[in-house]
Amino acid sequence: MRSFSNTYIFVFSLIMVTIVAVLLSFVATQLKPIQEMNVQIEKKQDVLRSVGKAEDAAEAEDKNTYINEEFAKYITDSYVVDYNGNKVETDAFQVMLDLAAEIRKPREERNYPVFVYSESGGPNKYVVPVRGKGLWGPIWGYIALDDDLNAISGAVFDHKGETPGLGAEINTQWFQSDFTGKTLFNEAGEFVSIEVVKGGAVPSNPHQVDAISGGTITSKALEEMLIDCLTGYVAYFKELANN
Amino acid sequence: MSTEKEPLFSSKNLKLLTEPLGKSNPITVQVLGICSALAITVKLKPSIVMALSVTVVLAVSNVAISLMRKMIPPRIRIIVQLVVIATMVIMVDQVLKAYAYDISKQLSVFVGLIITNCIIMGRLEAFAMGNKPWPAFLDGLGNSAGYAVILIIVAFFRELFGSGTLLDIQVIPQAFYDAGYVNNGMMVLPPMALVVVGIIIWVQRSRRKDLIED
Repeated sequence: MRSFSNTYIFVFSLIMVTIVAVLLSFVATQLKPIQEMNVQIEKKQDVLRSVGKAEDAAEAEDKNTYINEEFAKYITDSYVVDYNGNKVETDAFQVMLDLAAEIRKPREERNYPVFVYSESGGPNKYVVPVRGKGLWGPIWGYIALDDDLNAISGAVFDHKGETPGLGAEINTQWFQSDFTGKTLFNEAGEFVSIEVVKGGAVPSNPHQVDAISGGTITSKALEEMLIDCLTGYVAYFKELANN
Repeated sequence: MSTEKEPLFSSKNLKLLTEPLGKSNPITVQVLGICSALAITVKLKPSIVMALSVTVVLAVSNVAISLMRKMIPPRIRIIVQLVVIATMVIMVDQVLKAYAYDISKQLSVFVGLIITNCIIMGRLEAFAMGNKPWPAFLDGLGNSAGYAVILIIVAFFRELFGSGTLLDIQVIPQAFYDAGYVNNGMMVLPPMALVVVGIIIWVQRSRRKDLIED
């Protein structure tokens, strides 16, 4: 085998990495709009799932169109509120897309997006996005509240990379369905959030759900996430419920 | 090497395609790529996508390395191979994220881990470094087909017995469940993939005695 000089090796590596870098950045820039669209569609779908809609997404011929249509049909209003419950002039969807940046701010300075679901004749439901830190990466979810702004009508959670079979179970039906019917405020009207209880929640307790066996850190992280993200809505919820 | 032009599908070239399906199967005989075979075979659909991704990565990397084989300095050849593989894997990952978002979420880290799939580096080092592009391409296809076959067999049994579905379509009739049949939860967990692979190896070796080592 012929030998190669050091100079050759350096030049070879330089050319190789340059070609690779150009190729990869080209592919990444070309595909970025489609990938971002996928993320938006997923968020819309999750908002719809929290109110029990968009179940046929898997069978839909064109999923993107289907989700966009359903979203436009059922999510009739969306706005952003601040910590004191006053409305802010910002696009709720944009704030939700960038929720990761939002939760890094102190609670008092964050923007809080609200999505209003309504179907002809029925009472409104209010969907709020939540986001926090799991064991290995971010976890997030969507909480749908009934029009008393207290009882949870549905919850959807997902995660970036929690342990499969353990923490990753937060995106399963059995875990999420536990939240339905639970309440955020106690009888005195104080915000108590939802506790994720290790070793089994008391079924009659309206503020507790079962934790995931073996997924303690993720379960606790989810509890923290709910407190962290929902506290900022308390002022607005109270104001809205009183009207 | 002969100067005569070899036909594209000479018996030697065809062997490159067919041997990895049986006699030199990457998973059951060479025992490469087991890790991903255990992780993503819970359902058929991700397995098929995974198999296709590995096929693209392996065939293209094999050809690329084979084209460059006379230019690659031997001292940095492993790094060069890694760069080629990593580039291909990132591209496949980006394409999946754009056009098969749900599946890319299911495959999660395992697309990235194709980089560490021993089949790919093994074939680059053992075959592409010393052969022309066309045989290297066939070798890549053959080996990924060998990988794919095992993946799909394992996923077939795991999805059938673990979830009662095939390609997410319910195949075990409701009447069975009413009669007391239960999905085998063990099938969904990685250890059962190892058992299924083990059974395939057992069946294969009892049919082909020449594969049995002392």
